[in-house]
Amino acid sequence: MRQRGIQGGFGFILDPAGFDISESWIEFNSDESYAKAFFVGLINTLRVSAASIVTCTFLGLLLGLGRVQSNPLIRFCCHSYTEIFRNIPLLIQLLIWYVLLVEWLPDSQAPLELSLANSNFFLSKDGLAFPWFEIGQSGSFFSTPLFDGTSIQGGAVLTPEFLALYVGLSLYTSAFVGELIRAGYQSIDKGQIEAGLSIGLKPSQITRLIVMPQALKVIIPPLTNQYLNLIKNSSLAVAIGYPDLVNISNTSLNQTGHAIECVLIIMVVYLALSLLISLIMNSYNARVLKRG
Amino acid sequence: MGDVNLNTSGVTPSSLGNALINPQKTSLKAQFSFKSLWISSLFGSPLKALSTFLVIAIFIWLLPPLFNWAFVHAVFSADPQACQEARGIGACWGVIREKYSMILWGRYPYADHWRAQLSTVLLSLLLLKSTLRQEGLRRIFIEWSTVLGLIYILMSGHLGPFEFLRATVIVPIIGKPFPVVPSDLWGGLPLTLILSVVCIVIASPLAVLLALGRTSSMPLFNVVCKIYIELFRGVPLISVLFMASYMFPLLLPNGYSPDVLIRVVLGISLFAAAYLAEIVRAGLQALPKGQLDAANSLGLGYWQAQYLVVLPQALRVVIPGLVNSFIGIFKDTSLITIVSLYELTGSLTLALNGDPLWRAFKLEGYFFITFIYFIFCFSMSRYSLWLERRLNHSL
Repeated sequence: MRQRGIQGGFGFILDPAGFDISESWIEFNSDESYAKAFFVGLINTLRVSAASIVTCTFLGLLLGLGRVQSNPLIRFCCHSYTEIFRNIPLLIQLLIWYVLLVEWLPDSQAPLELSLANSNFFLSKDGLAFPWFEIGQSGSFFSTPLFDGTSIQGGAVLTPEFLALYVGLSLYTSAFVGELIRAGYQSIDKGQIEAGLSIGLKPSQITRLIVMPQALKVIIPPLTNQYLNLIKNSSLAVAIGYPDLVNISNTSLNQTGHAIECVLIIMVVYLALSLLISLIMNSYNARVLKRG
Repeated sequence: MGDVNLNTSGVTPSSLGNALINPQKTSLKAQFSFKSLWISSLFGSPLKALSTFLVIAIFIWLLPPLFNWAFVHAVFSADPQACQEARGIGACWGVIREKYSMILWGRYPYADHWRAQLSTVLLSLLLLKSTLRQEGLRRIFIEWSTVLGLIYILMSGHLGPFEFLRATVIVPIIGKPFPVVPSDLWGGLPLTLILSVVCIVIASPLAVLLALGRTSSMPLFNVVCKIYIELFRGVPLISVLFMASYMFPLLLPNGYSPDVLIRVVLGISLFAAAYLAEIVRAGLQALPKGQLDAANSLGLGYWQAQYLVVLPQALRVVIPGLVNSFIGIFKDTSLITIVSLYELTGSLTLALNGDPLWRAFKLEGYFFITFIYFIFCFSMSRYSLWLERRLNHSL
């Protein structure tokens, strides 16, 4: 490598990055270091992963329970959903969501509007504007977006890149989570459900009080794997331009040529994340096992 | 299927409910009549009726506009003007009529498209044959290596030691030249299929070795395999692909760098092997220990015992899981478009981005390749279910 005039080492990460990042929770400008850019990317990865994990768990729960209902119509719908979303590559799903968001939504001059009480939501090609706390000089206050006929002021905005990644990851992973929950539900002996019926519990009570606490033992270990897959899959952000860790490493790699270092940074960070999630979920699993 | 909503409260009189409450009054025939069971499962209780109506309402609200967009107002001819006018109201399937050859076969030279097509057909037939008939490992090995070799010759045009056949036999038979096509021109569906198959073929034996190492009692192998598996399972595939396409060339001696396709195949195979190994391990652990003891007492050595006794039984149990992983590998090949190889996803971008007339109709293009991916993945998942059922029967 030295022969080719390539300088190794991580020295470059303190140099100014020289590129801007389209969205971040912390202030970032192009004079700041690569290290900080990587950090911003990591925060973005975590942000989209956390939101998707919550949504996919909720959707998966609905899907899994839908699969064990006695209503054939609902069973059919949940089954079709699962088969469709599981059998299409995530990358293509993300690209489709992105095209839908940036080409099919109205312009920001005429956004779709939804008003609840005194908060407004606006959806347009520029993303989703929603009410959020704003921190000003006089402390934090609640700010709702307002549309003045030409542009949207106030509130916070989720970019179409974030939305596409969030929706794509959540829907894709929920199909897998739904299958896990169905399998967990069906692993419970039928006698348990009948016993619940015979002491006069309602179906919803049976699910909540009898089946789920036992099924969780079967569900949690593979669910952990799905969460880890989701975090790893969030790296597909690079295809639609969401500035996550992989995307920023890719940009840095192209700018500096430090291929080995940038790829190593991605790998080490993801490994650490995987370990962290495994630890958290294992301790939760241990608690569930003890309780049972 | 978990009849939690079994209707015993008698809120809505249904034949099933009646039958449970007054068994004498209802005849056996009415009790199990198909129609009444359907009605009670759809409308048996207020909650059920409500959910049924809700689903129907969503269908009525969603399906007609979708149907109108996809068929009624859609443009089926390759007419960019008409497509532009129908934009937003109707789909433009004309883009597929115009671009399908570029999407399916990528940048492969137009005059030689028949070679890409023939390779795709050969590979699909081979897949079909191996899934429908149970064959011995040796026979599968011979068939697959023959067909894969043939496909390599077809796609690349490299004849190796049989170079002399080009002028004397091949060209006269096919009636046109049989030029060499470098691998960076391969693309589309054949590349997706070849890539998935080759990766599966390389990753599977590696996975078996890793799983054996992971369960072996020798600490060195055990630790090495464990680290390998955890490392590759902990990182995203993209980082492995970056490694394959940017890092490998830097680490190799100057001037010697294998083709990017080979590097990517190696990357995906190493990655997939870690996942497959965990599945194989589950099969190994499910095997009763007595089997290995019995094999040892017969005087079989380690490899003999594994090959003749342990693996045939362990692999049989995990076949459905393996097929599910194969689906994953097939879907994962779409990622190589990120490192600039033009398989199905990449060739679509290539076909549409370069053409200002059709660039706007990407969505229809995505739906087209979605359909192709879905057919392959869905049939594989059905196949895995069928295998699972058959295995459960025979066990």
